[in-house]
Amino acid sequence: MSAPLIEVRDLYCERDERILFEGLNFSVNAGEVWQVEGPNGSGKTTLLRILSSLSRAFEGEIFWRGESVDHVRDDFMSSLLYFGHLPGIKATLTPQENLRWYSAIHPMTRHEGIDDALHRVGLLGYEDVPCHALSAGQKRRVSLARLYLSDAPLWILDEPFTAIDKGGVAEKEALIAAHAAKGGTVILTTHHELGIRDNLRKVVLGGAKELTGGKFD
Amino acid sequence: MTKEAVVQGGEPQESSAELSLSRVFLIALRRDLLLAYRRRSDLVNPLVFFIMVATLFPLGVSPEPVFLSEVAAGVVWVAALLATLLSMDSLFRSDFDDGTLEQLLVSPQPMALLVVAKVCSHWLISGFPLTVLAPLLGVMLFLPSEGMTALVLSLLLGTPTLSLIGAIGAGLTVGLRKGGVLITVLVMPLYIPVLIFGTGAVQAAVAGLPIGGYLAILGAILALGFVLAPLAIAAALRISVSN
Repeated sequence: MSAPLIEVRDLYCERDERILFEGLNFSVNAGEVWQVEGPNGSGKTTLLRILSSLSRAFEGEIFWRGESVDHVRDDFMSSLLYFGHLPGIKATLTPQENLRWYSAIHPMTRHEGIDDALHRVGLLGYEDVPCHALSAGQKRRVSLARLYLSDAPLWILDEPFTAIDKGGVAEKEALIAAHAAKGGTVILTTHHELGIRDNLRKVVLGGAKELTGGKFD
Repeated sequence: MTKEAVVQGGEPQESSAELSLSRVFLIALRRDLLLAYRRRSDLVNPLVFFIMVATLFPLGVSPEPVFLSEVAAGVVWVAALLATLLSMDSLFRSDFDDGTLEQLLVSPQPMALLVVAKVCSHWLISGFPLTVLAPLLGVMLFLPSEGMTALVLSLLLGTPTLSLIGAIGAGLTVGLRKGGVLITVLVMPLYIPVLIFGTGAVQAAVAGLPIGGYLAILGAILALGFVLAPLAIAAALRISVSN
């Protein structure tokens, strides 16, 4: 029996005197799509940042293919595509330059096919326009174009559909489903109703608790 | 189960082998230089500041050649130091704000290497022009001609150290709204040895003494900074992004 792709054991995180989650356990297998659910402020972004090892403010253990993430950091980082709240796009560079830079520092990203990826996110004709001239939605699309270029087995997507129109959302959902069908794994947060049904799992984060335990009615 | 088995398509393994560290370094360096080139107006700011500060001394203290030639080395060095400090705050600011810093941190590339590339590009667009401009200010401040070579050499060895040390402060304060003043407080004490040996070299040259010792110490500080500062900067950035 092979180890799960990611296993989270007894994860605990507090922020500003509030417990965001405690005793959180789940294991993510290849080919699954995980949706992290919960109201605003319940720690969805925090959980994704912890999983991407951007945040260290937690207790508990995270295993990547059966080994502690800290021990297999290189392998884990190579296998990860992280899409955060911030687009990760330089405003003074063109979409093409942004993607070329991204593919240069992330080894599991294809260099070729950048134009094709931009075409597929509907930015054909904008390759040479500096990103500051693009709309907010278009900037998100430049960032989302990374999904078309990536061969990374694990995608962690934080609100990937913000500022994206309906047609774009449907395409991205199809892309996520296709990634899962190929054996890839996706962990995402979204307030959209996901159209994906196969292999969809959920982590539900409850409301945060006050650390002091007092009553606040 | 291996990676190849999990995701088919493309040749990720091949492309990662091609990505040697030196290539990643060059790509990061080129990108930062390109970014600086696209925002040329920001490039001129430290240089203008450098010239302004040095100009204030003859205006504010005394235009006497005898007095100026005595303080010239110190004035040029202090002005260069302040100009570097001024440009430091913006080093990681835009990367932090637009999320590219996060993307650097989640990449498998060693952060210290990417940080060195950033500091190199910072030096190329601030410290290096300052060094080139320095003799001009030296002439303006009646620095004796024997001191010119020492001024340029000491700045050439000293300004990269200023960039490296300043980047630690910039990394620590990038997550704060108003980091500018804090950087000064954090970094200024660490700049003092560089300043002492830098101006010391010029004064020794003017007095006709050998400057080899001063330059050797500046070089040693630079070597130490080059080895240790990138690790500190990378750690500082991780802390800043983690919050």
